[in-house]
Amino acid sequence: MTYIRSQFRHPGLPVNELGYTTKEYEGALSTLCAGCGHDSISGCIIQACFEMSVAPHRIAKLSGIGCSSKTPTYFLGNSHGFNSVHGRMPSVATGANMANRDLIYLGVSGDGDTASIGMGQFVHVIRRNLNMVYIVMNNGCYGLTKGQDSATADEGSKSKKGSVNPFQPIDLAGMALELGASFVAQSFSGDKEQLVPLIKAAIDHPGFAFINVISPCVTFNNNPGSTKAYDYVREHIEASATIDFVPAKTEITTKYADGTGTDIELHDGSHIHLEKLAAGINPYDRLAAMNALQNARNNHEILTGLLYIEPESTDLHHTIQSSDRALNSLGQEELCPGAEALAGINEGFR
Amino acid sequence: MRESKVNNFVVRFANVNGSGSASANYLFAKAVFRMGVPVTPKNIFPSNIQGLPTWYEVRVSEKGYLGRREGVDFMVCMNPQSMPDDVKSVKSGGYFLYDSTKRLHPELIRDDVNYIGVPLMEICNREYTDPRQRQLFKNVMYIGALSTLLGIEFEVLQQLLDDQFQGKEKLVAPNVKALKLGAQYILDNYPYPLEIHLKRRNLIGDKIMIDGNAACGLGAVYGGATVVAWYPITPSTSVVEAFEKYAKKMRIDKETGKKNFAIVQSEDELAAIGMVIGANWNGARSFTATSGPGLSLMNEFLGLAYFAEIPTVLIDVQRTGPSTGMPTRTQQSDITMAAYASHGDTKHILLFPATPKECFDMTAGSFDLAELLQTPVIIMSDLDLGMNDHLSPAFEWDDKRKYNRGKVLNAQQLEEIPHFGRYLDVDGDGIPYRTIPGTHPTKGSFFTRGTSRDEYAAYTEDGNVYARNMERLLKKWDTAKTKVPAPHLYQKENKSPYGLLFFGTSTYSAEEAIDIMAQESIALDAIRLKAFPFNKTVEDFINSHEKIFVIEQNRDAQMRSLLINELDANPQKLISVLNYDGLPITANTITTQISKNLAPAKSLIYHQ
Repeated sequence: MTYIRSQFRHPGLPVNELGYTTKEYEGALSTLCAGCGHDSISGCIIQACFEMSVAPHRIAKLSGIGCSSKTPTYFLGNSHGFNSVHGRMPSVATGANMANRDLIYLGVSGDGDTASIGMGQFVHVIRRNLNMVYIVMNNGCYGLTKGQDSATADEGSKSKKGSVNPFQPIDLAGMALELGASFVAQSFSGDKEQLVPLIKAAIDHPGFAFINVISPCVTFNNNPGSTKAYDYVREHIEASATIDFVPAKTEITTKYADGTGTDIELHDGSHIHLEKLAAGINPYDRLAAMNALQNARNNHEILTGLLYIEPESTDLHHTIQSSDRALNSLGQEELCPGAEALAGINEGFR
Repeated sequence: MRESKVNNFVVRFANVNGSGSASANYLFAKAVFRMGVPVTPKNIFPSNIQGLPTWYEVRVSEKGYLGRREGVDFMVCMNPQSMPDDVKSVKSGGYFLYDSTKRLHPELIRDDVNYIGVPLMEICNREYTDPRQRQLFKNVMYIGALSTLLGIEFEVLQQLLDDQFQGKEKLVAPNVKALKLGAQYILDNYPYPLEIHLKRRNLIGDKIMIDGNAACGLGAVYGGATVVAWYPITPSTSVVEAFEKYAKKMRIDKETGKKNFAIVQSEDELAAIGMVIGANWNGARSFTATSGPGLSLMNEFLGLAYFAEIPTVLIDVQRTGPSTGMPTRTQQSDITMAAYASHGDTKHILLFPATPKECFDMTAGSFDLAELLQTPVIIMSDLDLGMNDHLSPAFEWDDKRKYNRGKVLNAQQLEEIPHFGRYLDVDGDGIPYRTIPGTHPTKGSFFTRGTSRDEYAAYTEDGNVYARNMERLLKKWDTAKTKVPAPHLYQKENKSPYGLLFFGTSTYSAEEAIDIMAQESIALDAIRLKAFPFNKTVEDFINSHEKIFVIEQNRDAQMRSLLINELDANPQKLISVLNYDGLPITANTITTQISKNLAPAKSLIYHQ
């Protein structure tokens, strides 16, 4: 948006457990349009990683192609990044994860990148429950090619040019639930209070964690009649609960009055605390989540928050029984069976 | 010249797909091998699981010619559906073995063919009650008949059955019984052995008999591959199956019982290559195996791997294209696509194995090559090599050999260097240094992308920077010429104005063709390509001959195009010798096409 950013940071900026300020989690200057929802999401990612004291080099950020997929350049500058091929980020993330299970994999995609060209890979990465965070920055349109409707645009939604979308939208969160995703959340780029803890919980989740973030396109889809415009989303949003993520090491304070809200204990002792749970929402109940999501859609509402979580999630490495150690750390002595074994194999072919 | 009839013939088995004939036919080929005689079996099978005709062709060659040969000396016909054609395919004076439980139709009788009727079904029905046994033992029984007719040592067959049924010893005796029933019927009813027959020799040495796909799978285990992603496609499927088989035996962590490898069956070939690229980017050695249609789908990703400089290993077991083509027939027709896969200016390293040993060596070595050059390496096998058993030199591994991971910086090196530029040509060979994610808390991270970037991996649309990078990639390509396997020259000095140029599975018949032409006093020099890009040796070979016959198994002379394109070779000099009917090329095809081009006969006698 703008081309100069001050290098100055307030000396009193808070530091995390690693001694880092948020500066260590920032990336290059964004080149997206001023006011783009995606930049807010980048900000939330920076904030979440800072608050969790994740070492930046222990994160690999991956994306496909599109406005959303550009964002990994704009956060976590000390992490390796991979801006891959349109719609194919899940496969690259899968390979990367298979190579080293010890890193955190943060995938960023868009509605075109996921719901159209990348639908095949999206579906299958869910099936495999790959241990990764998958964020869709969902604006209902193709920004880089100037505003065509995407597959998540609501039927009847009006584009900037005035044309009305005649097709049914693909509901990515609903689909993820249906496919058995072990963590499904929905949020809004303008709701940092909600999105930051969701990202933290997603990072902590040992499996596929999906967050569909409605992220208005200020340039091509922020007009009256669009159902992904800032005003529309603000008017139609309904949070399933207010959320807090409490890392394992933090003792749960008495901030939450006994009996209020729901406390979800995660695999490593961390907690997700849900306050003010909306009616019919039980984050352990996939069917209820699907119903709630569908009901909200029928009422032209956007249900946000943590929709479903499987606390006992096990990831792809567990399913295929691959080594507990990172495969990329194994040396030749462990990988190569050697000459003697080969002589035995030769003998079997005589 | 009259050809010897001993250890020099072709037996063809005509069966119905799914009838269990494969293991019986394999028994025959392996028995020839165990008798010390060179043998080459070819499975000619339909794209079908059950019911269509399938053939198994075994060439026995005392002289060690392992290419396919036209003409059937002995037909074992167990398929009524293909019988009329099978009768026709027998050479004059040849033999035709059939199940005489039913009489042959008079139209199937040829005066110049010797018919050997064995009432297989009748014997089976008498000896066995279970329908599946009746079917399976019928197959074993005709092998028994062949053992008498062609002089296969019975102990060899017995030993093979013992090997085959290790752990299931109960099955040995009934199989031996079936063999004996077949053998006995011949003893009682026909003269034996036939004029064409086997004699024990010692021509095999320590060679092994194995298919190229198993060799590739094993080579990947030895080469240190840990992440395998794939989508099933004929004829490449057994590459990954072999990898898994060997990895399960030799790559299990002793303490935890867990696998020191990960295999992901992907949703399609795009995902397979994406996973391979992701894994290699993250510091694991990773590969996929596919065939033409899969390679077509992988084009975009291959361009990314080329441009973003990510090591990638891909095994292409070629089949007959275009489109679905003939999925169970062989061809070398992915060459130009593989060489230039993806949009934009791209070139890829290709390796051309000709034997299972080379499949093993080139696959194991491809990981070094890919990491050294930080680019895709495509191993160009084919259905003939991949799915048929071949007589091959034994596999070798030097325990002193160390994996070469190429230019990868570790945390300490990152501390020591003044600055890190992912695409900086520090050494002048066009190959930059890379880092693996997670190496260092604050140094060495970079953004991998398919968009243009500068030497420090920062996005740029500056045309000069882009061009500079593309030129560096060319420099790297030149470096690659010195790193890929050198071609094999068949002579130290030229002895003919004419040269043969070939690669991959055309090698067997090409070598035979050289001998045949030599017998006709026509000398031919020869070179076998093992890799693309071509190095100076290839260029010199072309420049130092008047005519080059380029032998390949596709319609459009793809390798010839590559030679012209890359070496600026004079098209007039490069004469195509082509075979693209889906069956492996024969020496006869090669000599016929060459002779046509050499007429009117010039002085082609040996210079020395």
